[in-house]
Amino acid sequence: MVNGVQILVSGDSLASAARTGTEPASSSAMFAELFEHAHDAHEIQLPFLGTIDLPHFAPLHVAGMTIDLSITKHVVFLWVAALLLFIVAVAAARKQGSTRFPSGVRNLMEVFVEFTRNDIVLPNMGPGGVRYIPYLLTTFLFILIMNLMGMIPYGSTSTANINVTAGLAIIAFIMIQFAAIRSQGFGHYLAHLTGGVHWTLWPIMIPIEILGLFTKPFALCIRLFANMTGGHLVIISLLGLIFLFKSYIIAPIPVAFAVGINLLELLVAVLQAYIFTMLTALFMGLGIQAGHAEHAESSHPEVGH
Amino acid sequence: MDPKLFAYLAAGLGAAFTVIGAGIGIGKLAAAAMDASGRQPEAAGPIRISMIIAAALIEGATFFALVICILLALK
Repeated sequence: MVNGVQILVSGDSLASAARTGTEPASSSAMFAELFEHAHDAHEIQLPFLGTIDLPHFAPLHVAGMTIDLSITKHVVFLWVAALLLFIVAVAAARKQGSTRFPSGVRNLMEVFVEFTRNDIVLPNMGPGGVRYIPYLLTTFLFILIMNLMGMIPYGSTSTANINVTAGLAIIAFIMIQFAAIRSQGFGHYLAHLTGGVHWTLWPIMIPIEILGLFTKPFALCIRLFANMTGGHLVIISLLGLIFLFKSYIIAPIPVAFAVGINLLELLVAVLQAYIFTMLTALFMGLGIQAGHAEHAESSHPEVGH
Repeated sequence: MDPKLFAYLAAGLGAAFTVIGAGIGIGKLAAAAMDASGRQPEAAGPIRISMIIAAALIEGATFFALVICILLALK
């Protein structure tokens, strides 16, 4: 289960080192090695085939920043998840001849599409949000697949990397602004940034409103990252208790707790994908509805009843 | 004294207080959801969904604090 197999395999080497008399440096060093399983790595461990070393490129220095473009474990699993989603989606979207009932993978995808449409898009964005269903469906399924890949043994959660969630949040930010601007028009969009106060308060309001634009995707990013990382850290810590006590007698207790936390993590994986998508849809819906309110006011001027 | 002493201490205390806040918040949320479900059992489905969403949002705020604690502990 999750990284338990890897931990027990690598912990075995620590335990055998302890038995032969060469102590591992300290318990904090031991925990540091265990926590490595949750971090990004430059190698992938395969079940019976050993380790694959991944290419390690030198960091690029672009415009004063150091960018490391080497392909790491999280990047590989990101690509694997994207490829998996692509294959499943294309297979589901294929025309199915003259069968009346969807079957197989198309049926599965229809469940997700219908769920996204009825429970995420329509309540939050109204009928005008139907154009955004492809983006929201992609977000939901991509995050779901990435989260669930961390659950299989020897897999790793790409969303446990803050760069991945930051990328998803940046795209969500762009889409939220796009939906707002498309619905309200650029002029009204800027007018909403002032918050409708007297013009003397604009120097205070505009920076606050602009900052408010950024906090929502930032919260999305941190929420997804911390949920995914936290789950794995708890499991690693629980299984690390076995090595802390340096005995296998107490092993059933941490393993039982770890099973429970694994089940909770499954729930959290699905829930966080849903929450990310739903909040993105909610923020887009706020922008769209502000646009509708503007248009309703301007095209239906008040007349006496 | 190791100057990192206070970082580790702060990480531990921070995590503890954060979980207290989250526990109280989600506990009140769950209590309200139970009350509402008791009054109107047929609305239990939507109430449950709203409860889970609100709990995830509260936990999101918790995780902000926990990320800071992890940063302190890993220094």
